[in-house]
Order: sequence, then C-alpha cells, then structure tokens
Amino acid sequence: MTLRQTPFHPRTAALSEGQAWRRWAGYVVASAYELSHDREYHAIRSSAALFDVSPLYKYLITGRDAARLLDRVVTRDVGKAKVGQVLYTPWCDPEGKVIDDGTISVLADGRYRMTAADPNLRWLHLNAAGLDVAIEEVSEQTAALSLQGPNARAILQNAAQRDLASLKYFHHTEAKIGGIPVTISRTGYTGDLGYEIWLDAAQALPVWDALIETGMPYGITPAGMLALDVARIEAGLLLIEVDYFSSKHALIEAQKSSPFELGLGWTVALGKDAFNGKPALVQEKARGPAWQFTGIAVDWDSLERLYAAVGLPPRLPTQAWRTSVPVYSGGQQVGYATSGGWSPLLKQYIALAHLEGTFGTPGTAVEMEITVEHHRKRAAARVTKLPFFNPDRKRA
Amino acid sequence: MASPRTYDAIIIGGGHNGLVTAAYLARAGKKVVVLEKRPRVGGAAVTEEVFPGFKFTMFSYVVSLLRPEIIRDLDLPRHGLHVLPLESTVTPMENGDYFAAWGDHDETRRELYRHSPRDAEAYDEYGRLMHFMAQAVKPILSMVPPDPTSFDPRDLLALLRLGKHFRGLGAERLHALMKLMTMSSADFLDEWFETDVLKATKSASGIIGTFLGPRSPGTAYVLLHHYMGELDGVFRAWGFAKGGTGAVSESIASAARGFGAEIRCDAPVARVLVKGGRATGVALENGDEIAAKVVVSGLDPRRSFLDLIEEKDLPGDFVADIKRFKFRGSSGKVNLALDALPSFTCMPGIGRQHRGAFSISPSLEYVERAYDDAKYGEFSRRPYMDIVFPSMIDPGMAPPGKHVMSIFVQYAPYNLNGGWTDAKREAFGDAVVNTVEGFAPGFKSRILHRQVITPLDIERITGLSEGNIFQGELALHQLFFMRPAAGWAKFRTPVRAYYQCGAGTHPGGGIMGASGRLAALAILGDGA
Repeated sequence: MTLRQTPFHPRTAALSEGQAWRRWAGYVVASAYELSHDREYHAIRSSAALFDVSPLYKYLITGRDAARLLDRVVTRDVGKAKVGQVLYTPWCDPEGKVIDDGTISVLADGRYRMTAADPNLRWLHLNAAGLDVAIEEVSEQTAALSLQGPNARAILQNAAQRDLASLKYFHHTEAKIGGIPVTISRTGYTGDLGYEIWLDAAQALPVWDALIETGMPYGITPAGMLALDVARIEAGLLLIEVDYFSSKHALIEAQKSSPFELGLGWTVALGKDAFNGKPALVQEKARGPAWQFTGIAVDWDSLERLYAAVGLPPRLPTQAWRTSVPVYSGGQQVGYATSGGWSPLLKQYIALAHLEGTFGTPGTAVEMEITVEHHRKRAAARVTKLPFFNPDRKRA
Repeated sequence: MASPRTYDAIIIGGGHNGLVTAAYLARAGKKVVVLEKRPRVGGAAVTEEVFPGFKFTMFSYVVSLLRPEIIRDLDLPRHGLHVLPLESTVTPMENGDYFAAWGDHDETRRELYRHSPRDAEAYDEYGRLMHFMAQAVKPILSMVPPDPTSFDPRDLLALLRLGKHFRGLGAERLHALMKLMTMSSADFLDEWFETDVLKATKSASGIIGTFLGPRSPGTAYVLLHHYMGELDGVFRAWGFAKGGTGAVSESIASAARGFGAEIRCDAPVARVLVKGGRATGVALENGDEIAAKVVVSGLDPRRSFLDLIEEKDLPGDFVADIKRFKFRGSSGKVNLALDALPSFTCMPGIGRQHRGAFSISPSLEYVERAYDDAKYGEFSRRPYMDIVFPSMIDPGMAPPGKHVMSIFVQYAPYNLNGGWTDAKREAFGDAVVNTVEGFAPGFKSRILHRQVITPLDIERITGLSEGNIFQGELALHQLFFMRPAAGWAKFRTPVRAYYQCGAGTHPGGGIMGASGRLAALAILGDGA
C-alpha cells in the first residue's frame, strides 16, 4: 500500500458506493460515498455530515515556552488565548508571505495542539531555537472527525451524554464518546454549526460507530471531500495549493500571498512582540494590500444568455472547480478566481477570487470567464463580501 | 390595525401565488396588504404540527417547478427556502417484484434492463425527445397567454413568436408534441415501452389533480412536467422543501415582508367592493372595509367571481364560463405519524428507498381500475398513491427516530355517492392504509396518528372549490388562453382594477408561483 489509510478506513471503505477516493496528505479519503455528492452536501446544511479529517497534520507543543514559540511563528496572539480556546491562524515567512494556515487549541497552560495542511515540523523546530519547548508530531496517533450541520450539536450531546450549549464558537472541551476520551472543538470547515472530534487513532472505530448510531435519527450522513469543497466555498474558506500557494512552494514571488491579500488581515496581531514577517506586514498594512480575496457571484441572466446563444440551458458546475479562471473589468484582466461552483443552497454560481486593488470592493461589476461549448465567454458577475453563507447557528 | 393610508394593492388569499404577487408588487414599491382567512399563510402549501412533534405537509408535499426566476428575484434561499433532493421512485408490484428509478442514470437503466432490455434502450431516446419537448413548452410557463382571437398587435406579435418557436422544432418534434398534447399517457407510452409497471408509474403522474384516467385522452402532456423539472436541472426547482411546503410559503412571505408588504392572517374577506365597474377595495367578514387602487384575488375562479363579486357586476357570458369551469377535486391525502418506517415486501428493510417516493401504481390496469371506481362516484378501493417519508429527507419533520408519512391518494371524488361523511372519510382512510399494508405487511401497527383529508376537507380548510388542488382541473380545455375563461387569461377580469393571480390562471398547478409572478407583472404593466 503506497498511500496510507486513515484509522476510519474500515468504515469509510465499506460505505463507498462508487470507489471515488481523493488523495490528501498521503492518505486516501472519500470524494463521495454515494454516486453523487448531492445528498452529502445537503446534509451539511440541513441535518449533519460526518467527515473523516484525520489526514490533517497535528503537532503537540508543550513546555514553558510553548506559547512563545507559537507567537514567534503565527500571526495571531497566542499568549492572550485562554485554556479552552481555539485560534484560526495563518503563519508567514520572514517576508510576511503565508506558509500555511491552521488552528491552535490551548489544551492547558503550556500545552497546545496545532493543526496544519502541510508538514511544519521542521519549521517549528527552526523557530524554537533557545526555547524550552517540546514539539511532537501526533498526526498518525490522532484521528479526527468533523461533524457539521444544524443537527451536529444534538447528535454530539447525545453521543457524549452532556450539554454542549456552553461550548462556544472556537472553543474546545474534553468529553467521552462511548467511554472513549475525546476532545471536542467547536470548529470546522463548512461555515455551519459544527464540531471537530480529536481522539486516539487506536480507538477510532468505536467512536465512529457511536456517532453513526446516535446520529441516525438526526440524519447523520457520512460525507466526502466533494461536498465539503462546495460548503467551504460558500463559507469563503481558503484552501492551500488551490486558493493560495505556500510561500515554501512558490517558485516566483508572484505566487506568494500575504495574510492581507487573503482576507486574513483580522488574524494579524501587529501589537504583539516580534513574529515571522512582522516588519513586512506592518509596512503592508500601512500601504494597503495589492490584492483582495473576495467572493464573486455570477449573474444568472448573463449565464442564461450565453448558453441560450448556442441553444442550451445553462450548464452549472455541480462539482466545485479548482482552476485559475480570469476575471475582467472593462476588457482588462483584473484578477482571477481560484475556486468556484454552483451553490445548491443559495442557488447561485459563486467563486472565490483574487482581485487587484479596488476591484475587490463589494458590489463592483466584473466579468468571469466561462467556457460555453468550447468557446471562451465572459459572464457578468458581481463582487460579493465573504462569506456567501453565514447562518446565525454557526456561532449561536 | 386599520391603516389610515390607502393601499396600492390588496391581495386576497395568502397562498403561495398570492404571496408571490404581493412580493413582486412590494418589490416594485407598491404598498401591499395580503389578507389570509386562516391563522397562517400558505393556502394549500402549509406545514402543520397536527400531532405533537410530527409535522405534516398537510396538502401539497413536494415543490414542483417553482420558477427559478422567482427564487432569484425574491432571493428565497436567504428567506429560508432549501429544496432537498428527492431522487428515487420505487413502484412495488403485485408479484412481489418492483421497479425502481434511481437518481443515477446507469443504475436506473440497469434496473429497467432487468424488466426489458428493449425498454432500457428506449428509455434514453425517450428521455432525449422529452427533453426537447419540455424545452419547447417551457417558455410558455413564463409568458402571458396571447389571445388567438385578438387583433391587438401585442397578441399578434406574441402569437407570431409562438408560431415561429414551434415551427423551429422541426417536423418530427412538432408531431411528437401534437401527440403529447392530445393522446392519453398510456397510449403515448405504449409507443415507447413494453414494461407495464414503468408505463403505469409514468402515466400515474399524468393524472394527478385531474378527474381522468391514464387511458383518458389529453393526459400525456403532463408527462412533460418531470422533464421540465430536469431542464431546471441543477437549479433544482423540484424536490422536498426543508420544513415541508409550508416553509416555501413562509420564505415567500418573509421576502414579501422584506419588501414592505403587510400580511394579515385571520382576516377573511367577505366581498370585493365594486363601484361603477371598478374594484375599490374589500369588505372583511368582520365588517371592516379596506380601500385600494387594485384588488387581486389569489382564490380560485369560482371564489373570485361567484363568491366575492356580485353577478350583476360581471358579463353574463363570463359568469356562465366560470360556472362551467371544472374543478372536480379527485385527490385526497393521508398523513401518518409513524413509530417506525414500514418495510416493503418488494425491497425489505429500511434504506435509501425510503428517501425517495413509493408509487403505488403496480400496473396500468390497477390505475385505470382505481379511476373506474371514481367514475361511478366511489373512492378507489385500491387507489393510486404517491408516498414520501418527509422525516427521512428532513429529520426535523418528526421527533428523532420517529417518522411522518405523506400519502397522496387518487381517486377520491369530491362528489362522492351519498356525499362525504365522517364514516366515509374513515373508510377512505382504511382503504388507503389497507392497500399500503398489502405491500408492506406490519405497517399498520406502526401508525401513531392518522389524518385523512378528503376533497371536501381541502375545500373546507383551504377554500379550494371542490377540493381541486390546482384551483381547477389542468385539462386541455382549461389551459393557456382558456384559463380560467376565454378572453380573460391575462390576469385581468371584467371588473376594472380587479385581478386574479391564483393557479386558476395560466399556467396554474403545483407550487410553481408562475401565475402569481405573471399577475404581478400584468398589474405593474397596467401602471397600477
């Protein structure tokens, strides 16, 4: 076996109807369990979807200087975070360009769990010089599930036999599911009410089984990456190597992005002590970013006209695409979209885009390239504030 | 509550079409009030908790062809509209086998191959033809019907365009369209398929809401409806609304309020005030009078013209036409609260089949016999049924682990021999439940609560004349420029400033909202 299987593989493999798998960090995970991801997507927004997110990289950072290390690395203020809190944060190279993004959970004083999309062990070690800190990669030992959707809380409360109403957005707590200790964080990648469950990989299957059994009456639906991809675009959440390139992988400067250029200015705590990229970011903040990361919504009538011209009803991308698509204004290219697709919930063709300067202002009329019967056309679109979908229940 | 200001428009009836009209008028800046007699909006598109914890989609149960332009114009998703997929249909057969149409094309074709390899091949060709037919007919849903007898340049232009449109189809497709518009669904399907259960299930969809059988001429065109839904394709204007059809009404009401429309429930209208041939407002049953520049009725043609308006205010031939307009409600509904899902003999166990529809249409003869009972004034002893389990699609419809079952039943004639009584209603409910029991033994013992709705109940609760769910039969002589009466298909009426916006106008039927939208556009076009 060249690719690894996650600790939940015996369960997920049994559910796979179409043998549709995707590679993620050297593992295989389901693209969709059913022949179409449609129902899995709707479960995220209507009941609850269960994702296997075990391939995430996970690091345990402990010791007297754990917070100091993290504060050197990431842009958020880790020192200020309290036990029980979870921070979403990017981290930058010394030029203030984003390397990766992930979460940091404050497990206890001097004890943190960091998740990342890419391997970051070496980077953490490089930054730990002179600090009293232990960095342990726990990616394989830690299994992870994500339970997302309006019924996620009810299911988890039943499975963990405890009230979760007090577990606030971006906080975590210890719990037991089927007698097995787990950490539950109020986090996710869908922009919905949702939780992620972190546990010992050796105990993965009984936790999966317990969740499925408890979740059945609430419509729990195992879901794959295709469904997740649509939801995360609606939620306006970035994907590394799709919406931006890690500065560690970029071959030219133009491939790199700063947090400000990715709509992550809110994560940059310029008030804290020195951290990677701070001087560059201070300057960039003063002069304003060259790019804006924003949503665009394609105009239906325009789409309909382009297709009607060749005698077809509009064709809509049911699967999210991940290619670079030019965006124009007044005949000039002013940016590019990096992810897009049809939102079955909003009934809108939406995309995430990088736009130059003021073109990123919400409400700006732009055009996005679409291919209609082998011909490149431009469909009218409007710059839209992210997220496209932001239900009250996400934080409530 | 009485507002000192005069309204630009009063909408009588808060059904989905009335709400759509209200929303479009309010969006255009008009001051609008909707008057609904019941405590909640929705008309026949309501979700009610009839039994504690169990939400019933009381009358209508699926969203069918809700016009995409309405969803977009009113931004209904932001107001809570969420249409969920309802992808499969399983038809249990009398011999214990089944026919299943799944969401996946290959799977359906292989299933059909099991019954007939020939039909499996024909299925794709048929689908392609129907795609073109649906494409040809679909624009009609969004157009104001031109009057073919009129010399008004607008009518002539519209007719010319329509003529060009149909000529553009080419001979083969035009002929197919003629067949579709005139044949019985059974005859039309006979030209394509040999699998009886397939034909029975497809043609059953053509008789919904009509007092016709699958072998009655003029039923074939409804076969198109399904394919029109496919044209909307990924837009998904067809499916199950989260929260039931009541949630669709609520989302439109929310959009209308967002545009500034006022919606009053428990406000039954007694009559439309007419002065000098012009509608000036309405009188409520409580005696209050409300004035408005325009009055719009979302009620069916009988209510709109024979109940709300005095005959003397209408031309005699129009009154005669409306009196002849056929309602003949033929469908009933049985809503059940279930302790557990039924297991069907043909496909035992609980599974994905419960997330789609079960069609009780095992053979053409079965459906035609069901009609025979109705023809002679009885409800079908073994009726055609379209069954869904809303709680399997939206778990919020029932307490966790429990279920609701929605059974659309045909035929249940409004004019039952001897009339509907409580005893007859229960006998009808028994016939339904016993027929299901035959296909799913043990099912009856799982019923916690039963709600049986006859056409008379539909009329009594919603006001729909003779309980016709489409505000008048969708028969060819009552469609397009003939709906509801020749010369009065453009949402206007013989009374000036009095408009109609319900499903009794073109194109009518189902939770489409098209009538409501076109009516609003007509009203705005008249400069109201």
